[in-house]
Amino acid sequence: MQFRRVSFSASAFFLIVAICQFLFVELNFGRDFIGGTFIEVRVTSGVADLARMRTELGGLGLGDVQLQQFGTEDAVLIRVPKQPGGDAAQQFAIDNVRVALGNEVEFRLGVMEIIPRVSTEFLAQSTIGLMIAILAILIVSWLRFEWQFGLGAMIANVHNLVLTIGFMSLLQIDFDLSSNAALLTILVYSLNDTLVIYGRIRESLCRYKRMTIPDLLNNSLNSTLSRSITTHVTVTLALLALLLFSGHAIRSFVSTMIFDVVLVGTYTSVFIAAPILIYFGVGSTRASTKETTDKRFFHSQD
Amino acid sequence: MLYISPIKALSILLTAFFVCLFAVPNFISKSAIDNWPTWARNQVVLGLDLRGGSHLLLEVDDRDVRGQKLQGLQDDVRRVLRDARIQLVSPPVIRGNSVEVRIRDQDYSRGLTILRELSQPLGGGLNTTGARNLDITEGEGGLVRLTVTEPAILERTRQVVDQSVEIIRRRLDETGLVEPSIQRQGNNRILLQVPGVDDPKMILDIVGKPASLSFRMVDSTMSTEQLLAGPRPPESEIVYGTAATGNIPYILEKRVLVTGAELTDAQPGFDQRTGEPVVNFKFNASGARKFAQATIDGAGRLFAIKLDKEVISAPVIREPIIGGSGQISGSFTLESANKLAILLRAGALPANLTPIEQRVVGAGLGLDSIHKGMTASYYGAALVVVFMVVTYGLFGVFASIAVGVNVGMIFGVLSLLNATLTLPGIIGVVLTIGIAVDSNVLIYERIREEVRTGRSVISAIDAGFTRALATILDSNITTFLAAAVLFFIGTGAVRGFAVTLGIGIITTVFTAFTLTRLFVAWWVRWARPQQLAIS
Repeated sequence: MQFRRVSFSASAFFLIVAICQFLFVELNFGRDFIGGTFIEVRVTSGVADLARMRTELGGLGLGDVQLQQFGTEDAVLIRVPKQPGGDAAQQFAIDNVRVALGNEVEFRLGVMEIIPRVSTEFLAQSTIGLMIAILAILIVSWLRFEWQFGLGAMIANVHNLVLTIGFMSLLQIDFDLSSNAALLTILVYSLNDTLVIYGRIRESLCRYKRMTIPDLLNNSLNSTLSRSITTHVTVTLALLALLLFSGHAIRSFVSTMIFDVVLVGTYTSVFIAAPILIYFGVGSTRASTKETTDKRFFHSQD
Repeated sequence: MLYISPIKALSILLTAFFVCLFAVPNFISKSAIDNWPTWARNQVVLGLDLRGGSHLLLEVDDRDVRGQKLQGLQDDVRRVLRDARIQLVSPPVIRGNSVEVRIRDQDYSRGLTILRELSQPLGGGLNTTGARNLDITEGEGGLVRLTVTEPAILERTRQVVDQSVEIIRRRLDETGLVEPSIQRQGNNRILLQVPGVDDPKMILDIVGKPASLSFRMVDSTMSTEQLLAGPRPPESEIVYGTAATGNIPYILEKRVLVTGAELTDAQPGFDQRTGEPVVNFKFNASGARKFAQATIDGAGRLFAIKLDKEVISAPVIREPIIGGSGQISGSFTLESANKLAILLRAGALPANLTPIEQRVVGAGLGLDSIHKGMTASYYGAALVVVFMVVTYGLFGVFASIAVGVNVGMIFGVLSLLNATLTLPGIIGVVLTIGIAVDSNVLIYERIREEVRTGRSVISAIDAGFTRALATILDSNITTFLAAAVLFFIGTGAVRGFAVTLGIGIITTVFTAFTLTRLFVAWWVRWARPQQLAIS
């Protein structure tokens, strides 16, 4: 448990970096939040010449038209900002784009019009949902374990979410409504991981009445280690397959997920969630023990 | 613990088998399933993001609802005061969210009592909040101000949404579009999803128009110029004709003769003399009677047919129309006549709906997602199976079968519930697979540990299951709770995720508790191992 000094400092450092990153660089908000009309096209010649398309569309006077390649080389997403005027003005702008690009492209994937207000409301609603879910986790783990475990699980979860959002901001991964689902998955996954370790700690607390808390935590982590490794390797294998073979639609989700499973989730469960229990005085109610300064790792099975 | 009675084993296997069986219709062509009994036909519904189509979010126009509410209140105030012969200083006017009226001193207290009767508790007798539909305040100089309360507006908005959902459904049914999904969202929005249609404009044409039809007399007592210049009579208003007829202004009496609500039928047709497309309509009995009376009284005058904010035609009444049927002409094409007939048959929307979000998912994109997702899942599953078998040998095979059955059961339950599967939903399934694999890993690792402490094979397996199951139960109960919270709070994507996750948790606990144990128990009985092969 000596590592906790290092890991807590490291976590504090990364949390600050993540928060700064989030505050100053902002997330790369995807189409759901910036709004406008989106047209997805496929270039018939095979490879999209973005520079030329940009000049062609720039001359239409539609404001800041953005082009972005996605997925394959021939697929381009065009964003036309909201035009002043009603529906007719939007339609007129789309028609203009159609005419300007002519036969070069195929309007294969349709047009959509998004007003960010709705997405923002939705995000606010989901955030509230997320908070209530975290609170529910706190309560349940309090009931099933002890309050220290509930608090520890909650802190571990928030720690994970903040780091993940920082990561998304760092790599400028599109933040869309579906990113919500990604964050939820991460929340659930790391929660599952943390609770497995907590389960073992709870068990050890009953079993090894005389072991010091740091040793006991160490022991519990060691005995769940091979399970942690096996599970993470399995999930990572599945995620790698998703990353390599699935479409553009969930790629940003999968990369976030891999970051979380491989790095953050595992790290949090072992290096944050478990040692933090020391500070909450877990096991203080059992037969009185005094904290020892013993630094050796303990593997006894009593 | 390791002994599982044959009856128990049979019921475990049958449960798993039958739940998986419900997933079968998803893999069989539509036409083959049509002959099956209804209970066996349940399928997972693919979300719009997977099958392609249009997604429209419509919002009830708040100003429209307020306007109507105030207009109705103004009419009520005018009517009750007139019926009671109350002398007024000035007639009721709409100001902001209120209707204001000035009553003469001698009638003031009587007038106030009558106006107070207009204020009713909301929600009929079932109301418990004590909110009322009107706030009545008194000002100086006989002024009474009746303000429509926010709860009243909210209640009306909700009614409008409910009615609109019904009418939109009727309109879309008339056009024969396949499986549109129409839902209320929040207090003032309607979510409309139409699979297979990649032009939202087409749907907006059908659902976006209120299509409120009214028949009114044209006021011929003054010319349009006089009206535009001079003071406006309270009983008339100016309504313009359609762009096709040159936006001619008409002066219409505010009194409505008959409304579209009294139509029983509307069909497109052709005018017998000119051959141009028209809409033929029929009134119900009371509508026919009112229309007959109006055409007898107003012979020789003009009457106007007003649709939404425009006059579509204003014919002369040549002879009384007593049969209760008639036709609307007004430079229609065959298509626009047909569309109008559909709108009239389905009825008018109670308020304007504004599209606030339109999304189209190309069918190609959806198919692409499915195909790629499938390929990725196959590779992922293969990797996981290989890894499990390498790590745990025969027990890895048990785990793979258990997880496979688990996935089958998830789809079985989803089909049974006719749940909608979206991309986030699929992500939920993938996550569940991770958790299911983890359950098996937990059990096996625990057994290994117990073996290392020197227990016998059977006692190690027994202890491994018992101890691991406590952990599995704890983490899954918590996760299930999180899923439940997300289901009740989230909308759309989050909800789809929560549904598959919740179902997945239940099937995971089931397979880990029963199926994996059954396999292991059988194996132990058959092989009678002296040493455990999972290390």
